[in-house]
Amino acid sequence: MTEQFYEAPTVEQVSELVAAKFGKAVQLKGSKPRRVYMSADKGVLFELATYIHDVLNFEQASSVCAVDYESHMTVVYHLSNYFNGMMIELTVDLANDDLTVASVAPIWGGANWHERETYELFGIVFEGHPKLERLLTPADYQFFPFRRSYKLRRSD
Amino acid sequence: MAPISNWVTFANPMDNPLYQFGAVYNLPYDVGYKIWQLLGGLIAWLLDVLVPGNGVSLWLVGNAVSNALALVLMIIVVFAVCFIVNLTMIWIERKVLGRLMDRRATRIGPLGYLQCLGDGLKTFLKEHIVPDKADTKGYMWAVSIIIGSSVLVAGMIPLSYRFFLADYGSGLLIIFGLFSIAPFMILVAGWSQNNKYALLGGMRAAAQMISYEVPMLVVFASVALMAGSFNINEIVGYQNDNVWFIVPQIIGFVVFMIAATAEAERIPFDLPEAEAELVEGWQTEYGGMKWGLIMLSDYFRGYVACALGAIMFLGGWTLPFVDDSFLPEIVFLLKVILLFFIMVWTRGTLCRIRTDQILNIGWKILLPLAVLNLFVVVVLKVGGLV
Amino acid sequence: MSKMWVTMGPQHPFSHGLWTLKVQVDGEVIQDAEPVIGYLHRGWEKECENRTYPQIIPMADRLCYSASMTWSHLYCKVAEEAMEIEVPERAQYIRVIADEICRIQSHLMWLAAMGTDLGNLTIFLWALREREWFLDLNVKLCGQRLTTNFPRIGGVRNDMPYLFERDLMRVVDLFEKRLWDIIALTDDNAIFMSRMQGVGHVTRKEAANLGLTGPSMRGCGVNFDVRRDDPYMVYDELDWEVAVCDDGDSYGRYKVRIEEMFQSCEIIRQAVAKMPDGPTRVKAPRNVPEGTHVARLEDPRGESLMYLVSDGTDRPYRLKVRSPIFVNVSASKRLVQGGRMADVPAIMGTIDMCLGETDR
Repeated sequence: MTEQFYEAPTVEQVSELVAAKFGKAVQLKGSKPRRVYMSADKGVLFELATYIHDVLNFEQASSVCAVDYESHMTVVYHLSNYFNGMMIELTVDLANDDLTVASVAPIWGGANWHERETYELFGIVFEGHPKLERLLTPADYQFFPFRRSYKLRRSD
Repeated sequence: MAPISNWVTFANPMDNPLYQFGAVYNLPYDVGYKIWQLLGGLIAWLLDVLVPGNGVSLWLVGNAVSNALALVLMIIVVFAVCFIVNLTMIWIERKVLGRLMDRRATRIGPLGYLQCLGDGLKTFLKEHIVPDKADTKGYMWAVSIIIGSSVLVAGMIPLSYRFFLADYGSGLLIIFGLFSIAPFMILVAGWSQNNKYALLGGMRAAAQMISYEVPMLVVFASVALMAGSFNINEIVGYQNDNVWFIVPQIIGFVVFMIAATAEAERIPFDLPEAEAELVEGWQTEYGGMKWGLIMLSDYFRGYVACALGAIMFLGGWTLPFVDDSFLPEIVFLLKVILLFFIMVWTRGTLCRIRTDQILNIGWKILLPLAVLNLFVVVVLKVGGLV
Repeated sequence: MSKMWVTMGPQHPFSHGLWTLKVQVDGEVIQDAEPVIGYLHRGWEKECENRTYPQIIPMADRLCYSASMTWSHLYCKVAEEAMEIEVPERAQYIRVIADEICRIQSHLMWLAAMGTDLGNLTIFLWALREREWFLDLNVKLCGQRLTTNFPRIGGVRNDMPYLFERDLMRVVDLFEKRLWDIIALTDDNAIFMSRMQGVGHVTRKEAANLGLTGPSMRGCGVNFDVRRDDPYMVYDELDWEVAVCDDGDSYGRYKVRIEEMFQSCEIIRQAVAKMPDGPTRVKAPRNVPEGTHVARLEDPRGESLMYLVSDGTDRPYRLKVRSPIFVNVSASKRLVQGGRMADVPAIMGTIDMCLGETDR
């Protein structure tokens, strides 16, 4: 590997390195102690994730989830570093008519089921996922229950 | 012959010319004989009062009928003793385990003794269910043979020189042969239930059987070699005359106890019914009284294992240095319960071991130890030390 | 015998809860495995979108029966971050104590289940006997044994009751002695060791990548604990150590949990000694300003995380729960592969299943 490997990068290092590497495709949205918030374009997600995993040593994807903002959907990744307790919150916005995003399951094995869950509850297709099937809900479900358009019986 | 009206005579059964046991006094036969004398004598007397001087009354208290029915009653007596001993052992196991685990044990009846009967009654009232796709013949016959062979082998254990069902020259060998039928039927049961867990349990039983019966048989052989006989009476007598076999054959005793625990399928060797991974193993599809009988047969087999240990290594019904003519049956049963207590203790302490480990222990540790034990016996025998 | 698929579950003694592990066995050796969950899926997260913030606290209790304290704590924590309120220091200490009580009783529940998984009921009953003390402490503190409903947004529901510290210290002191009795049944037991050592082996790198969390991860050599590395409440003011074991097998995961119980006792002792006076609760606003917030803490089972999207109303717009067991179960294929049928309970037992939070 030609790039330098960071075992426990600081908040500043993460912000600078990501900004230098990806430029405008990744927008840094702020930081707190042990937290970095960033938002990425859909196209660079896989590359960014690989970079964060391989170079910045964020070994675990704590969680992958989606939020339905009605105007668009957002996939949120929480990535953890085991050496300094840092967590990156990475968001990727998806247009409602194109709910596909690259899967990070090949990078983080732990993201596998999170992506399956997000797929079945929100209908977001993760391309390159090894087994994108329904997990919690029955296999013959035709709808995505966690979308805002799916109303509960007693909800107002 | 005494007059029929005087029917409470309690004649000596050995005076009966049809007495089956030669010159040896047989206690259960005597009990059966006396019961029939009371029962048959009463019937005969009543008949005689109604129809004086009839031949049936005389026939009922005659030698042939008395002997035949005394034999039947003797079998019932032996079985009843066996059964009560078993209930006691179940009760002891539950009480000891309750004490070990710091929890309540049995609670029905005096000191909780009747809990097993209550449980038996409960299983008896359950519905008889046979799985749809099971092989009904194998499914039902397996239970019958398991419980049948277990009760038979338990009945064949003599409690003393005077309390026995039959006194064979090859008693030990026959008991061992009957003892090994049930593990084989477990394989049949596992196969016939058409259930994957049961099948895996049956396979485990087969693997366990072949790895434990070989060392066990070698230990049997060394005991018989030392005593010079397979006859249980002679083995016990030899030990009484010389020394309990636990002293020269301590290795054999340890090997036997481990193998017997495996044979009786008790923790740590209850792999065929490992409830953690195989639900209930080969018993998965058995319900109601079928399951109850299987559980009962487990305890019968545990009893047989402990009884064999007591006979072969602890001098059976004899005691050294003291007069042991008083109630040898009780002495024997106390020894059996002592061994059983060790089994219960083990059960309360240990975890279940794995299939590959059980094979390793069986072939790589127990078999060499058993052969070493045989070697020791041969050396002692050739050296004329025992 | 050719390979066959055995469906272990959903009603199966080894699965502590409703889930299924399909395993493909070749004789006794497991070739392939496929976990199936979802039997308890209640739509917890969707349900929360229709409840006001305080209404969700008792629901968070129900995520896991034996870790209810940490789950409601986590929920209160993420709500506090969203409302930007500072918890009073005394409440923080009480929360730490309550969390550690929860951790000990959860680990004891796990130890009990581990005992039955390996066929030893004595471990089961002894562990449950010790657990009863901690449940009694729960009763004293919150009035409930399992679903405690104790933390509140902005503090805790009530201060510690009269003489609670005394009872707590007595229980902790006695428990540390009694735990050695159970260890004598496990560590000194050759059969227990032979069942646990070398099964379900995972390297450190794999464990991190598979997303194993909590004691399962620390048993594989990953030196990470949210309490120390991403401190919350007053954990950084207390002196304690993270239990880590490099073994990577079931025994390593077992050892980590046992050590964690001792460390929890230590934390409780220090927290009681340092306990300041003061209020235990501040008032929380009804509505939450718009924004996204994330909080994580160390559950008895691992790193649990909640992600809250608020839209300015009194109800969450979206509340995501990241359950540690959910991730651990997804690794079960890797864990059991190559083992034997009898290893499945020994391996999956160390995951410490809890289906309420897995399926949500």
